[in-house]
Amino acid sequence: MYAVEMHGITKQFKNVLANSNVELMVKRGEIHSLLGENGAGKSTLMNILYGMYAPTSGQVVVQGKPVVIENPLKAIELGIAMVHQHFMLIEPLTVAENVVLGYEPKKHGCFDMKKAVEEVNTLADQYGLHVDARQKVEELSVGTKQRVEILKALYRKADILILDEPTAVLTPQEVSDLFRVLRKLRESGKTIIIITHKLKETLELADTVTVLRKGQVIASLPVTEQMDQAQLAELMVGRIVSLETEKQPVPGEHEVVMALRGAVVTRDKRNVLDDISLEIRAGEILGIAGVEGNGQTELIDVLTGLQRLSGGAVVLQGKQLPAGRITPRSMLAAGVGHIPEDRGKRGFVGGFTIAENIVLGYHRNQPFARHGLINRKARDEFADRVARQYDVRMDSIQDTVGSLSGGNQQKVIIGRVFAQDPKVIIAAQPTRGVDIGAIEYIHGELVKMRDAGKAVLLISADLDELMRLSDKIAVLYDGRIVDRRDASEYDERTLGALMTGHTPDSVEKEVKQA
Amino acid sequence: MGDVLSVVTSLIAGSIRVSIPIAFAALGGTLSERSGIINMGLEGTMLMGAFFGVVGAYYTQSAWLGLLVAMMAGALCGLLHAVLTIRFKCEHVLAGVGINVLASGLTVVLLQMIFNAKGKSCEVASFDMITLPVINQIPVLKDILGQVSPMLILLAIAMVGVWFLLYRTVFGLRARVIGENPEAAGSMGINVYRTQYICVILCGILAAMGGAYMSIGDIHMFSRDMVAGRGFIAMAVVIFGGWHPVGAWLGSLLFGLAQSLQYRLQSGSIPPQLVQMLPYIVTLVVLVFARGSKHRAPAAEGRHYYAKGEQ
Repeated sequence: MYAVEMHGITKQFKNVLANSNVELMVKRGEIHSLLGENGAGKSTLMNILYGMYAPTSGQVVVQGKPVVIENPLKAIELGIAMVHQHFMLIEPLTVAENVVLGYEPKKHGCFDMKKAVEEVNTLADQYGLHVDARQKVEELSVGTKQRVEILKALYRKADILILDEPTAVLTPQEVSDLFRVLRKLRESGKTIIIITHKLKETLELADTVTVLRKGQVIASLPVTEQMDQAQLAELMVGRIVSLETEKQPVPGEHEVVMALRGAVVTRDKRNVLDDISLEIRAGEILGIAGVEGNGQTELIDVLTGLQRLSGGAVVLQGKQLPAGRITPRSMLAAGVGHIPEDRGKRGFVGGFTIAENIVLGYHRNQPFARHGLINRKARDEFADRVARQYDVRMDSIQDTVGSLSGGNQQKVIIGRVFAQDPKVIIAAQPTRGVDIGAIEYIHGELVKMRDAGKAVLLISADLDELMRLSDKIAVLYDGRIVDRRDASEYDERTLGALMTGHTPDSVEKEVKQA
Repeated sequence: MGDVLSVVTSLIAGSIRVSIPIAFAALGGTLSERSGIINMGLEGTMLMGAFFGVVGAYYTQSAWLGLLVAMMAGALCGLLHAVLTIRFKCEHVLAGVGINVLASGLTVVLLQMIFNAKGKSCEVASFDMITLPVINQIPVLKDILGQVSPMLILLAIAMVGVWFLLYRTVFGLRARVIGENPEAAGSMGINVYRTQYICVILCGILAAMGGAYMSIGDIHMFSRDMVAGRGFIAMAVVIFGGWHPVGAWLGSLLFGLAQSLQYRLQSGSIPPQLVQMLPYIVTLVVLVFARGSKHRAPAAEGRHYYAKGEQ
């Protein structure tokens, strides 16, 4: 009856109690959502099931038999496979090689590539997972890579599939493809556990949901028609969360603060940004929708001075900026605040303290520095005020930023940018990898800045976020803006179609037919 | 005309000869780096191979047994590097430097103890050149490959062997996977450490064979610090060769050519100090250009992998 039973699982890391007496019952042939915020203990629990961690105490039962899973090998033997959030694929190798890894077909003691390709193709056809077994993984899209991961699991004859945040990096189209595959797998009798913090997918896909909070099971319920997002959010966070962001139009004239005119960025003889013109207006949030890799990064880099234009111009407050003089430093000084898309890479220095990070980029300005000497007292006082104002949960501003949770790291960055009273805010993926509570807060702050008359550009892979916050949305595809309208005129389907290269006309037709 | 031809053939023959030790070490380095472990200790391992080859040949009166002793010494060097980098998570480069310093000192001490000499050992049993039957009949080619060291044949076998191991066996596939992403390999139930240990020990054996060629395959004796940077050149060759065994061999030939040219030019009118710089300049230039090639290093090279429960 139950494919997996986990009884009284406790996992104690050095200082953290990651799981505390957790009970999990997963029925055979169901899709089970393990719902919780970052750090709720979902991944730890699944890593225990997959043999990556040993539980401090507790019992695991698989297909009715009590087992001890010492390592992933044992888990695979028991028919358990895991699709990690960060794909465990070897980029320079082919799909076939990746799939058969560890269970390679052999001929005369050598690796039999031909057989591997055949087997992988057969398996892919059987479950409707379209891949080319001979292709190298580095050439594949993110969605296809995920299919390769699922194939890996199936090749190992897995009956129980664990997927860790499977939709985090997918486009809406890829998400619906994935759901189709997962439902097909369920039909063929596989048991599927998805680790997620997304309420919508839980409601859409799962048969049962188990909610974890701070390492404990809060509830385990069948997913019914009556269940809604607010109910799940409350279970997950432990208080009532507003999923809607209150937003009134800002009255008055919205003057153009920053603009691009025919911006072109050429790389390897290809226009990665192709004739982009856009206007970021005071009191407005302009959302940029698009599948990652369609020019978003270049757009951000152009606006923040990190990327030089090959053609076109940047206009700030009515003045065209001299192309040769645009640098990250000049843009900061001109009042363009930047919340980077990859905070670990560009947002902060993990080994530096919160105080140091809060003034980073502004560290040479008075009062933080004078004649090249740092004024620690002024810096720390300022940082302390900002950290409190932006609700950074910490022991002290002398803690390293690396030791904070994702949400708090993001608050440090947002505090840094907002506290400098910028004219323009370039917010890229502002809530990526951040808890619901922090998302709610960050959304509120962004809207506050807009209400205060700031011009905001929002780049996000999360369509819900984009539609909730933006006043206007422009769709970026293959380096061009293919469509732009008021945010209220878009729905998720239309945006998804535009993002994947459908023309506005064909999308309209389709919508009408449906 | 015949003069030019004989100069060219002897230059090529010289290049091949000089490239042998570098090629052995580069093959080993390729194997080790493919599994994710940088072996900076190639230099020291070659020196150990050169020394223990002579020691083995001295006591057994046989070059072949000398080579065997050298290979065992190399295996031990490989094992030491593996223990330091895999078991104790020592920085790969530091562990390698340690092995180099150890080899440099140890060989001098043992030279004193065994041969009672400061700079050079006595002459010992060495490999004789062998005559290759068919090739010896072909004009021109016979001047290049008619008479070769048996270790050149061993090198050819080693090159094909390393290629076969990496690209045709399951072990090789797994080793390459580990070099790219050991966590992925671990999650697939592959024994990461065992594979790496084997690759690094094989690397040590190959590098020591290269060293042994320099002593018992070439000058019949050991002289202190006789490897003179060839281990480092081999590391450059690994990169230049795109982490591929055939590339490693071709790269070694290039350096062989540079070295061989250097010997030839020393008799000319160019100041010898400048000429002696040639192989090292080639190393630098080649590395600059190798950066632009499409090959890239194994993604997880030089990184430590922590198996379950280790922190």
